[in-house]
This record gives sequence, structure tokens and C-alpha cells, in this order.
Amino acid sequence: MTSFLVRRVAGALVILLIISAITFYLFYAIPRDPARAFCGKICQPETLALIRHNLGMDEPLFVQYWHWLVGIFVGREFVQFGECPAPCLGYSFATQEPVFGAIVDRFPVTLSLTVGASVVILAFGILTGMIAAWKVGQPLDKVASASSVIGASLQIYFVGPLLAFYLVDTMQLIPRPSYVPITESPLEWFTHLLLPWVVLSIIFTANYTRMTRSQMVEQLAEDYVRTARAKGMSNRAVFFRFAWRGAMIPIVTIFGVDLATLLGGAIITEQTFSLHGIGELAVRAVQNTDLPMLLGVTIVGAAAIVLLNIVVDVLYAFIDPRVRLG
Amino acid sequence: MTTVSWSGEPGTSRGPGPFLSVRDLSVEFSTEDGIVHAVDGLSFDLEKGTTLGIVGESGSGKSVTNLAILGLHDPAHTKIGGEIWLEGEELISAGAGTMEKLRGNRVAMIFQDPLTALSPFHTIGRQIGEVYRKHKGANKKDARERAIEMLRRVGIPQPERRVDSYPHEFSGGMRQRAMIAMALVCDPDLLIADEPTTALDVTVQAQILDLLKELQQQFGTSIILITHDLGVVANTADNVLVMYAGRAAERGTVREVLREPQHPYTWGLLSSMPRLNSSVDVPLMPVRGTPPSLLNPPSGCPFHPRCDYPRLAGPELCFAQRPSLSPETGHGDACYLTLGQKRELRTARAAGTASADDTTQSGDTVQCGDTVQSGDTPQDKDTAQTGDDA
Ligand SMILES: Nc1ncnc2c1ncn2[C@@H]1O[C@H](COP(=O)(O)OP(=O)(O)OP(=O)(O)O)[C@@H](O)[C@H]1O
Ligand code: SF4
Ligand SMILES: [Mg+2]
Repeated sequence: MTSFLVRRVAGALVILLIISAITFYLFYAIPRDPARAFCGKICQPETLALIRHNLGMDEPLFVQYWHWLVGIFVGREFVQFGECPAPCLGYSFATQEPVFGAIVDRFPVTLSLTVGASVVILAFGILTGMIAAWKVGQPLDKVASASSVIGASLQIYFVGPLLAFYLVDTMQLIPRPSYVPITESPLEWFTHLLLPWVVLSIIFTANYTRMTRSQMVEQLAEDYVRTARAKGMSNRAVFFRFAWRGAMIPIVTIFGVDLATLLGGAIITEQTFSLHGIGELAVRAVQNTDLPMLLGVTIVGAAAIVLLNIVVDVLYAFIDPRVRLG
Repeated sequence: MTTVSWSGEPGTSRGPGPFLSVRDLSVEFSTEDGIVHAVDGLSFDLEKGTTLGIVGESGSGKSVTNLAILGLHDPAHTKIGGEIWLEGEELISAGAGTMEKLRGNRVAMIFQDPLTALSPFHTIGRQIGEVYRKHKGANKKDARERAIEMLRRVGIPQPERRVDSYPHEFSGGMRQRAMIAMALVCDPDLLIADEPTTALDVTVQAQILDLLKELQQQFGTSIILITHDLGVVANTADNVLVMYAGRAAERGTVREVLREPQHPYTWGLLSSMPRLNSSVDVPLMPVRGTPPSLLNPPSGCPFHPRCDYPRLAGPELCFAQRPSLSPETGHGDACYLTLGQKRELRTARAAGTASADDTTQSGDTVQCGDTVQSGDTPQDKDTAQTGDDA
């Protein structure tokens, strides 16, 4: 287990290194020059060169990358912005704030959004899928299957405003989505994020309902389930003690893959409800060609996904004893 | 049908009735392609403490029959007819609760492939223990003790340690031993073993069969042993039931069926098994053709499309009328050939003459009327039986 974690974390670091190098190269290779934006309308070549120098952009690309990398671990000094303590991801070209600080500020919003949505997706998707499988062919199964098809075809930017209009504006059931730190008021945190959670999870939940149902049905036809029946286990025991584990294995695997998509969905959801999360940061960074910010957001997002995938693998080993983390 | 005995099962004139009695069992599956007649009018008995070998090629309904005994077919797609009597209790009409209490307790089953048949997610000890807990109401600790004891009984070394292993940590033979331990944990009266050794190599096969025999002697368990392998039957079983297309082709004691096989299908089965033949020179003559479709079973004798002898027995019978197992008890078979013809053909086959030539030859000598008569009245079969014992 320990050696598994060491290996996986080392692997993850290599992956992040590669991702950052590629991203760095791609972003800095695009034709729009951020120094020119700083320079303003009437731009003297000398000023431009100075700004370039101040931003650390007058050096070869790999040296810039090296500075960026070193900055993460030991911090660095910008002529333009001054001291940037480790972990330093540079300063935003657009807002001049430290990238790392900006991300740390926004992180709880996105984290709350994705973790909450994951819980809704897994709990609700698996529950309805189980019910559908339990009642295979019966009305409840058909309702679950049909609603999962409808759910899967919905879009965040369509459902979001629609639900907001009915639940928030018209019926006033829940407050308008915003972020209240959980440390401030857990209840407020919960109620204010409820709608974003539902909206973000709606398309995924449907998928998980369908997958859980089909996986359960498949598992129930397995030999070992027949053996369980043959030794007198009740239907319920067969269902909840045997079959579910086999069914969860592919679900967990797919969830690991879906995490990246979920993060993408979180960005759209933040946009839809004007939540000030990492997604908003990312969108604004793209609009402003704010390279340090974009790089920072990308690398933090990638790190989160890689980390969660390690967690998924550990979970996997818990469910299936045949998987050895050695 | 003279007496109705204590249990009220269909009358037999043989005392309190057999331990297990399957009467006119039929199992039909509704599928997208139509109705599969997997078992059709099958009857057999099993006495306490004996072993019944069920043989027949793939798809002949061996597994389906035994799953029906345990009530393991999906009721939504399966229609089951007939009666299954276990010590005076009818199982087909029994409720779900009754069957749940019966399974793993009084009737246990072991399956062909112990790797897929055991849960990969639970330890061997837990899988054995939970049967004991379920049926005997034991607590966790006692169930574990019992699991260790059972593992020791089936010859697993270091059972105290192995009890916490997962199936994938066992070898194939050990897995099957664990499976047997699981099946026997509640001391069942009836053990159904569905090809328990097919997935194992030959030495392990022999060990497992010896183990079953040993446990049977110790605990008096009745066993139904399903197999493709007549060699296994010869070594292990007391009685044999040969199944073809969901019906009984022949039944009798192992001696009777293997020494004096009466049904052309049994001949085919036997001659496809080289090591059972008396002489190494005897050519292998496996059954030609392919198993019949169960969606649309052949009319008359289900074996007729693959049989060399309908002309001998009388085509109008073989093609149109279904032969029933006769005589009703003892060594019986479902074929219209007369005993004389069977004896002659058997000798000819054993001598290695090609079966097709043989058919034409003896077809000339036997008259049609003879055949019809013998098919209707199994008069001379009793003689054959007594002759067997000698
Ligand atoms: N659930 C089912 N639905 C439809 N057809 C089935 C089902 N179960 C079995 N059958 C069919 O019933 C027939 C008998 O199957 P069965 O498994 O009893 O054969 P078998 O004698 O055990 O063969 P084998 O030696 O291969 O195990 C086969 O043709 C099979 O395809
Ligand atoms: S009844 Fe006819 S077809 Fe069937 S096995 Fe006998 S001879 Fe062959
Ligand atoms: Mg079978």
C-alpha cells in the first residue's frame, strides 16, 4: 500500500511536470503578446522591452519555464511585482494579484461544488440504479430508466436558469445560489449550493443510474450470485452483499474518468450561477490571455484530477480484493 | 398406483417412497427465439445414501434439471411442470421461504467452475460461514470455527490460515474443495454436483471424486453427480441416468447401463469413450450429427435424426411416437428396438462392424411387425434384467 502510494505520487508528479511543460509551451507560443497589453495604446519599443524584462519574458522559453517551476518550490522575485513567496505561480497579468493566492481564495467554492455534486451523483445515481435493478421490468424500473434518459440529454446552461427561475424566483424554495463558507454557516453553505449541486449532477446522475442498473443486472446473472442463491441466501442478501460489489467496480472506474468532465461541468455551473470559483478564474484568464493565471489554474486542476484518481484506485482495491496495491 | 403412502406423493408400490423422486418434470424457457423445451417429461428417483450419475451431451438438460430441484430458475422466464418430491415434500409448488431454507441446508449444490462460482469479494471462511449462520443460526465466531473444521475435513492444509484467503489465492483443486466444504457445511441430505471436476486436471479430479465418496460414506449423503464423463460415473455412481434432449434415454445401475447398454444413444456415448471399451481395437464411433434444437424438438423419438436404426425399429414409431422409458423400474430405456435387436447390434458394434452396414443387414432379417409389438409391450425386458445380474 505504501509503496503503491509512493509510486503513484511519483508518477503523478511526472505527469504534472509534462502537463505543465506542454501547457507552458502552448500558452507562451500563442501570438498575442501580454507585454503589449501592459504597454497600452501608444507603446514605445523601449517600454515594451522593459515590460518584457520586468515580466521575465525576455528570456528563452525553457529558462522561463525553469523559473516558473523553481518558483513553485522556492519562490521567486519579479522586477514588476516584487517578492513572490513559494509556492509561487506568478502574478496575474490582468489583475496583478498573485496567482496562487487567487486560486486558494476560489478553491473552496469549486471544491464544495464538485464534492457535493459527486455525492449527489453517486448516492442518487447508484440508489436509483439499484432500485431499478431490484424491480427489473416493473414500473419503477421503467420510470427510473426513462428519467435517466431524459436527464442525460439535459444541459447545465439550460436546466440551471430554468430551475433557478422556478425554485428561486417563482416559488422561493431555496436561496439564490452563492458561496457561503462552510466554516461560517454549514446550513447556509448547504442551502446556497443546493441548486448548483443538483444542476451539475443531473446529467451525470442519469448515467450512473443506467450504469448501476445494467451492472447489477449483469452481476445478478453471474455464477457466484447463483451460488449464493444455491446456498440459501435471500434475494436481499444476494443483492446487497454479493452483486453490488461487482457492480461497483466499473462504476468506480468510470467515476475516475468522469472526474475531469465533472470539473468541466463545474466551470459551466459557476458561470451559470455567477459563483466565484476556479472556473470563473479560468474563463476570465482565457478572455484576458492571462497566461500565469491560466497556467496556474490548469496545473491545479490537473493536480486535483490526478490526486482523485489515486483515491479512486485505493477505493477500487477496497472493493475488489483481487486488486493488489503492492 | 395401488397405495398412497405417508407423504401423499404419487403412489409407488415400493414402501415409503424414494428419498428424491422427480416425476414428469418439464422446464420451458421463454426466450426471444421462442420456447426452449429444456426438460420434457423427465422422471427419476434417488435413494438415500446413493449416488446417481446423470450423463448426456452438452445441452441435454442436466443442469436445468438440477437447478429446478433447487428452484433456481428465474420464474419470470421459466415454466416448470411436474413434481419433485423430497422426503414427502413437493418442491415445485413450495414457497420461496421454504426453498430458501432448503437450499444450502438440506440440498446443496456444487458447480463446475469454482473460480467463477465463488464470490471473488469475500473470504473463503466468510462464504462457508455465512451458510452456517443462515441455516443454523450460529454466531460469527462459531461459523468461523465451523468453516475451519470444514476446510480441514475436505483436506485443505493449514485451514486456520486459509480460512481468511480469497478464492483467487487458491488453486483450482483447492477452490473446488472449498466449494465442497461450503456445500457440506450444514450436512445436507442431498448434494448436487454439477460437473465438479470438469475444470480440474486429471489427478485433482480423482482426488475430488474420492473426497466426495469418502464424505458420502461418512455422512450418508445422497449425491447427484452430473458429468460428461462415463469414466467418472463408472467409478463413482450407483445408478445412471442417460439424458438426451431433456428426456431420459436410459436408466439403471452403473453395471447395467455400462455393461449392457440398451439405447443407441448410450452406445454412442460409450463408444466415444475409449478407456471404457473392453478392447483397444474397438473403433471410436461417437454419435454422429449435432444435438437437436430444443426450440423445435424432433417429433417421435428425439434421437431419431441421429439414430442409425429407425428402419429397424419401425420408422412410423421412431418418427412419430415418443418412446417412454420402459420398464417403469429397474434398467429401462426409451427405444423401440427389441431386446433381441439391441443385443445383436451391441455385439456387432463391439465387434467393430460398421454400424450402417449392420443396419441394412439386420434390417432385412427383422420384420416390421416384430418391432411394433416390442415397442408397445416391453415384454422381454424383465428377462434381460435378470440376465444382467448373472
Ligand atoms: N435460462 C435459460 N434460458 C434459455 N435457455 C436455457 C436456459 N438455461 C438453459 N437453457 C437451454 O437449455 C438447454 C439445456 O441446458 P443445460 O444447461 O441443462 O445443459 P447441460 O446438459 O447441463 O449441458 P452442459 O453439459 O453443457 O452443462 C440448453 O440448450 C440451454 O441452451
Ligand atoms: S426409438 Fe428409434 S430412433 Fe429412437 S433410439 Fe430407438 S431406434 Fe433410434
Ligand atoms: Mg450443465
